[in-house]
Amino acid sequence: MSQVLQDLVNRPYKHGFITDIESDVAPKGLNEDTIRMISAKKSEPDWLLEFRLKSYQAWLKMEEPEWANVHYPKIDLQAISYYAAPKQKPKLNSMDEVDPELLRTFEKLGVPLHERMALAGVAVDVVFDSVSVATTYKAKLAEVGIIFCSMSEAVMEHPELVQKYLGTVVPTGDNYFAALNSAVFTDGSFCFIPKGVKCPMDLSTYFRINTEETGQFERTLIIAEEGATVSYLEGCTAPAFSSNQLHAAVVELVALDNADIKYSTVQNWYAGDEKGVGGVYNFVTKRGLAKGVNSRISWTQVETGSAITWKYPSVILRGDNSVGEFYSVAVTNHLQQADTGTKMVHLGKNTRSTIVSKGISAGRSNNSYRGLVKITPPAAGARNYSQCDSMLIGEQSGANTFPYIQVRNNSAQVEHEASTSKIGEDQLFYFAQRGIDAEAAVSMIINGFCKDVFQQLPMEFAVEATQLLGLKLEGSVG
Amino acid sequence: MIYQDSKPILQVHGLCATVNGIEILKDLDFTVKSGEVHAIMGPNGSGKSTFAKVLAGHTAYEVTAGSVLFEGKNLFELEPDERARAGVFLAFQYPIEIPGVANSQFLRLSYNTVQAQRGHEELDPLEFDDFVREKMKLLEMSPNFLDRSVNEGFSGGEKKRNEILQMALLDPRLAILDETDSGLDIDALRVVAEGVNQLATKDNAIILVTHYQRLLNYIVPDFVHVMEAGRIIKTGGKELAVELESRGYDWVGVENNATMALS
Repeated sequence: MSQVLQDLVNRPYKHGFITDIESDVAPKGLNEDTIRMISAKKSEPDWLLEFRLKSYQAWLKMEEPEWANVHYPKIDLQAISYYAAPKQKPKLNSMDEVDPELLRTFEKLGVPLHERMALAGVAVDVVFDSVSVATTYKAKLAEVGIIFCSMSEAVMEHPELVQKYLGTVVPTGDNYFAALNSAVFTDGSFCFIPKGVKCPMDLSTYFRINTEETGQFERTLIIAEEGATVSYLEGCTAPAFSSNQLHAAVVELVALDNADIKYSTVQNWYAGDEKGVGGVYNFVTKRGLAKGVNSRISWTQVETGSAITWKYPSVILRGDNSVGEFYSVAVTNHLQQADTGTKMVHLGKNTRSTIVSKGISAGRSNNSYRGLVKITPPAAGARNYSQCDSMLIGEQSGANTFPYIQVRNNSAQVEHEASTSKIGEDQLFYFAQRGIDAEAAVSMIINGFCKDVFQQLPMEFAVEATQLLGLKLEGSVG
Repeated sequence: MIYQDSKPILQVHGLCATVNGIEILKDLDFTVKSGEVHAIMGPNGSGKSTFAKVLAGHTAYEVTAGSVLFEGKNLFELEPDERARAGVFLAFQYPIEIPGVANSQFLRLSYNTVQAQRGHEELDPLEFDDFVREKMKLLEMSPNFLDRSVNEGFSGGEKKRNEILQMALLDPRLAILDETDSGLDIDALRVVAEGVNQLATKDNAIILVTHYQRLLNYIVPDFVHVMEAGRIIKTGGKELAVELESRGYDWVGVENNATMALS
């Protein structure tokens, strides 16, 4: 492969700095005491401690899954710390009390926390290691009855809502990493959009792992009541450590009758260096329950970071006429491995799902799409359309597609399309012959390839995603 | 057209080139002056397309000897994209498909890049739209070509028209048309040829690489060259193409060998 292409795909990670801040880090290791310690630190009610312990018991009996097309040494779960939090006053009354070092960190990451300079029209909850440090626009949202706060705060302030929904979409014993998360989760975001309310601004959470050898186990829960709509954005970065960090999140979405949840992610965890040293292990369970009639859940993800990505944002289409969508761009470079896709489980009548997946592999990376479309017997008139495209850059990268389709109702319509393309010398030569250099050519090809997914992103995120791909694979954006 | 006192655009001396270690071009000499139309003919494997790609700078080919001057400057000092911006244009035999990239977007980026190089003003999308539609009329292309992905799902003839459209936009000093006639039906051939004829001026030059004489009924060359085994073995006027059509390439080879034996 030409030198130009090599240079283009090897741009440095710009979020790899470490914030020097005094942290309260729990001793390494996992046992019941660890869980009790986390629960006590957060002054949690008994029911939540029980939830955790029950999950821990379930987890003990489970095996780490090995079916994914990713290869890594076994994670030593006793060698990581399950709680790390910047030391600060126990209760913050305003943003001015947030440690200035933290404010600077997030400013540097492009997420200013002062509302006067905050991102226009976006409310942000920022999670630093194990805890949420700030949430913007909370009061403004409360005026229309929207609850947007950290999970820890929700447990204290709105226990009835948390108890009603937590674990209803991803049960405690769902899978190895979800069970682990249910036992040790520390913080995350909580959003509740009451009946009939259209959320006036995008809600977003920015996750930052800062402490080495910690795990980030975030837990996010979003509930949209009847007729409510919300657009939620998630961003993530981590410093460049030579050790691996575990990130095992659980995200649950619940959409009642006629509700609409749009969840967008730009994942840019540290991916390790060009030799595959370091990087985040990203094992995430994300699932939405389209519970009510005519409800809609839409996942859009741009996955560019992490050494290993194991992630299948899914939708359970229970309500009649409910809609599930999955739009994904996954980019891997160097020795990154991604096994990502979705599950669309059709239970209700006339349910519809759309899957558009774009995988881009560069360097010696491996990028797999894995998706399940399941039409159950009661799902009369269900429809699915899936499109899985892979693009290879260079000679040493790999792409795979593993579609699983189970149809148990004769009236269902399922379509699947797949393609593999390659940015090769011939394509670049064609651009060059028209005066366009390789950098601009790659940019144009990649943006064209990802267009269907980028169109789904909210404006601010679309810009960020394009820039991120710019950093990752090219220099300029055409 | 041959003009008195016209300047050389391309001067090729003793050019040798290999692909994967196999020598394809062997001591090739060739000169083109502004205003001229040259046809290079020859059987499959004679090195015609290789010559075209070497001029454009395709990385699969290695130049092992010889020199090429483009408007008096060493062509090999320029990268492929720099050559294009300097005014070397290659109409591809097999134009590449670029899924997801709208033709209009591609054409505009290409046009503006070349314009910027020449110190001319770039066009915004609206201005460019007017400009490109005008050029498309020349090739009887429907405006819906602008919204489609570059060459994706185009028929053979549509791809070739798209190539000549790019030539019309970029206004090159030297245009090399690599088997532009292949895959064209007679109507498309006529349209494409008329387009090329309208683009020919006394300040530019055109090299037609072709198997068949058919194209030369429409674009009349000033010189016809016969290529075999990596070099030009015979050069003549437009009547040479007609003779080749009736007598075949073997005839030139035999005659050439006979001439060489005599000398």
